[in-house]
Amino acid sequence: MSETTISKEEVAHVAHLAKLAFDDAELEQFTTQLGDILNIFDTLGEVDTTAVEPTYSVTENVNHLRQDVAENWHQKQALLDNAPESAAGLIKVPAILDGEGE
Amino acid sequence: MTFNFFDNDLTTLHDKLAAKEMTAVELTQATLDNVAQVDPQLEAFIMTNPEAALAQAKAVDDKQDFTQTLAGVPLALKDNLATEGIQTTGASHILEGFKPVYNATVVDKLQAAGAISVGKTNMDEFAMGGSTETSYYKTTANAWDQTKVPGGSSGGSAAAVAAGLVPFTLGSDTGGSIRQPAAFNGIVGLKPTYGRVSRWGLFAMASSLDQIGPFTRTVKDNALVLNAISGFDAKDSTSSEREVPDFTAKLTGDVKGLKIAVPKEYFGEGIDPKVASTVKAAIAQLEALGATVDEVSLPHTKYGVAAYYIIMSSEASSNVQRYDGVRYGFRADDVKNLEELYIKTRSEGFGDEVKRRIMLGTFSLSAGAYDAFFKKAAKIRTLLIEDFNKVFADYDVIVGPTAPTVAYGLGEEVDDPTAMYLADVLTIPVNLAGLPGMSVNAGFVDGLPVGLQIIGRPFDEATVYQTGYAFEQTSRLFEQKPAIAKHTLS
Repeated sequence: MSETTISKEEVAHVAHLAKLAFDDAELEQFTTQLGDILNIFDTLGEVDTTAVEPTYSVTENVNHLRQDVAENWHQKQALLDNAPESAAGLIKVPAILDGEGE
Repeated sequence: MTFNFFDNDLTTLHDKLAAKEMTAVELTQATLDNVAQVDPQLEAFIMTNPEAALAQAKAVDDKQDFTQTLAGVPLALKDNLATEGIQTTGASHILEGFKPVYNATVVDKLQAAGAISVGKTNMDEFAMGGSTETSYYKTTANAWDQTKVPGGSSGGSAAAVAAGLVPFTLGSDTGGSIRQPAAFNGIVGLKPTYGRVSRWGLFAMASSLDQIGPFTRTVKDNALVLNAISGFDAKDSTSSEREVPDFTAKLTGDVKGLKIAVPKEYFGEGIDPKVASTVKAAIAQLEALGATVDEVSLPHTKYGVAAYYIIMSSEASSNVQRYDGVRYGFRADDVKNLEELYIKTRSEGFGDEVKRRIMLGTFSLSAGAYDAFFKKAAKIRTLLIEDFNKVFADYDVIVGPTAPTVAYGLGEEVDDPTAMYLADVLTIPVNLAGLPGMSVNAGFVDGLPVGLQIIGRPFDEATVYQTGYAFEQTSRLFEQKPAIAKHTLS
């Protein structure tokens, strides 16, 4: 693995994917910090892993199956109470597209 | 009346409650009074919940069933454990005001045992950090020196126990977040084997690494709490169906013939020499008690930090996608459409460390980077596991320092993420391999505690406890009180 670099434009692209917005000063700061961290990540290139299988989980379980029965479902009001805005027993959000109004 | 738990281990508390020397309501009220009096110096709690706690205590008093050790005993919970109807924030602005509609499984288990949660403890935001300074709400101090960090991310849970505010707390450990704050506060903190304790109701950070575990002042107390919270849970398909043993079974003080491995990499570059010598003295004490001690090698240790930060941030960035301002918590104002609601809510609701990890994870999983980063890290994880497997073929436990240094000053490192990340080098490999690991106090450097880390085979917490107990019962370090604990009555 050669040394990974990351540009301000790439950081802005990743922020877009992650649904985060940064101002210019924040973008500069994150670009420097992410670059430093990616340099640590690059040390993994020293290790030959061609014949190594990846590990994604250390659980020894296989999937547990259960009956498809709803339980603990009658909490509508408690759930709605947590929503920042609700109306007519539903969670309210702004319009998906601009200009559609309320 | 206030109550300091330093002179009362869990067994003593249980005996006093069972003998009606005090009621659960009296003990709970005294605990709350003590928190109100002492916590302004420590800021270990995000909030207390007196009404719920006193109601539970009254129920215990009415029932008078003290068959379970924890009946009537107060505790506190890290604020990333869901508590029904009681605010749970993960120390994040984005969950301000959020009241879960169910309890975490560990909370249900403790309630069923009669234990009484008096409040929620401070932590790094969504458990991302090593000093509890990334909390949106407050900065917690170290129990031994209020100018130092308590460690993290479970810093509030560790400081609360070390100061004698509660006899035990729960924390969570993804890369050292129980063991490192336990080390910094001179108490016992155990990360159980992956799967030993249900993660249901724990705010997910990195799902393949997270485990919930106890903080206590003594090893026996820790084993008693683990007894109460372990076991299979249908709601967490990674929880283990293995039988849960009595974790106090091997607490004999005897370690004759125990085979201890000491990895040379755990005493390498970056380890404070005074920390190293304190830990070596502790290992010599175990040897004097009849254990055999050999130096071994875990050759991939130095790659753990890089592999961990790739895997953890990838999993974390996926897990925190759920926080979008729609269904609960904080929602940004003045937005034109739904897309802007997501972006503005997340940008205003998350702190910098959470954003940094979201960015790292999103990058590591993005097209073009996946093979070079995420998959590569998963292969390094395999090599780290193989390192441990080779050593555990011949040895019962692996011991070394928990952290490279003692607690550092508040504000000293929080703006230097790479330095913070590299400090996790000794705790991270245990999470990547899913092993049980514990920190016990090994002694003091310049008045600050040093952690001895004890790592066991998968599901062999009992031998980890056996080792820690033998050390603690001869060193008696748990009898030393920080100044903050001394002025309260007991």
